[in-house]
Amino acid sequence: MDTGAPPQLIVCEYCDTVYRRRPLARGEVAECPRCLCELERHQWLNPAMLLALVVTAMLVFLQANIWPIVTLGLNGQYSSVTLWGMILTMWREHAQVVSVLAAATLFFFPLAKMALLGWLLWFARLGVRAPGFARFMVLLHYVNPWTMSEVFVLGALVSIVKAHVYFDVVPDPGIYAYAALTVLITLFSGVDLRDLWDLPEREEVP
Amino acid sequence: MSPLPRAIDIGLISCRVCGLVCRNVAGDAQLDGDGIDDAMACPRCGSALRRRKSASLSRTWALLIAGFLLYIPANVLPIMRTASLNDIDDNTIISGVVELWQKGSPWLALIVFGASIVVPMLKFGVLALLAVSSQRHSRWALVQRAKLYRLVELVGYWSMLDVFVVSLLTGLVRFNVLSRVEPLPGVIFFGLTVVLTMLASMSFDPRLIWDGRDTDD
Repeated sequence: MDTGAPPQLIVCEYCDTVYRRRPLARGEVAECPRCLCELERHQWLNPAMLLALVVTAMLVFLQANIWPIVTLGLNGQYSSVTLWGMILTMWREHAQVVSVLAAATLFFFPLAKMALLGWLLWFARLGVRAPGFARFMVLLHYVNPWTMSEVFVLGALVSIVKAHVYFDVVPDPGIYAYAALTVLITLFSGVDLRDLWDLPEREEVP
Repeated sequence: MSPLPRAIDIGLISCRVCGLVCRNVAGDAQLDGDGIDDAMACPRCGSALRRRKSASLSRTWALLIAGFLLYIPANVLPIMRTASLNDIDDNTIISGVVELWQKGSPWLALIVFGASIVVPMLKFGVLALLAVSSQRHSRWALVQRAKLYRLVELVGYWSMLDVFVVSLLTGLVRFNVLSRVEPLPGVIFFGLTVVLTMLASMSFDPRLIWDGRDTDD
């Protein structure tokens, strides 16, 4: 197969227009003049910085999962729930479909995304492709749209306001961890990992 | 030649997954998005290399119609039951929004209304519009249609909001006979609607908006 096209070309994924890539200055965004979408933006975070962000996100995600999210009080009785408590309750309440959806989009996919990023960036920091690089990059591409932690944070906020009408509401550490996770997700939203493809293969140990 | 050449016209293919630009050596296959090309593999990431997403329009229509069919019970059936000692209260999506507006926060009610009603309707409307206009090779409002697609792609998954609200309240409000929240079938239909419409927008190939026109710009 012929791969002979010069690598400095970029094709707009929304309208198929071909452009020559040019180096971007810090903060600069290349826009497609035909369909006005973003072609690429300057990537100012190097792999080491990204790895630091991912590790932080993992620690915060751990907190978000082990601590209760909110506690409700009613006449001296208290009830609190963690993410997994919520997922298991939905399963028992005959909403298995929702339970599986929540487990996937709030736990397994975010976890997979962070694990993949951590693995790829750990090696990228050393200047090489990780073992299984291509397969994991493709996997990351498909997992990406199905992580919904930031939607859950807004959902928790709505739940608190709804519950507040009937109950005493006490926010727990889990909700703060989720808030912090949302900040990290936002920081990460402009990150484009396509440059990692330029990394050389790891040399075999003789 | 146009000052802005398109990959399909100059024999290039960009990989949907990794973005690598390759020379198209497979020759000509159908361009209308409903032909399934014999796919080459991307030399860099191994994904199937197609000029357009395969069977884009048929898949978009199928998923969109399925999503719409499930959206009807999602709205008609109640999504959540609040049971206390002397009272059982079933809420639909819209009655939940109204209650939030009256008793909680009008601002949040607007956000929930946006995520649960406006965003799904927007997805059905926009994707149907894009599919029809692409099928007809319409030259109407190209840039605006391209922007609509990106909007749908960006906000689509926020519809899950109500599903998570019901889940969290179900997990939280467990005071035995005193007060309980239970999920009702509407929420299952709604969750499936969100997944199907997300798949529909992923199946649509926005490059079809720009295809099939002889003259350019």
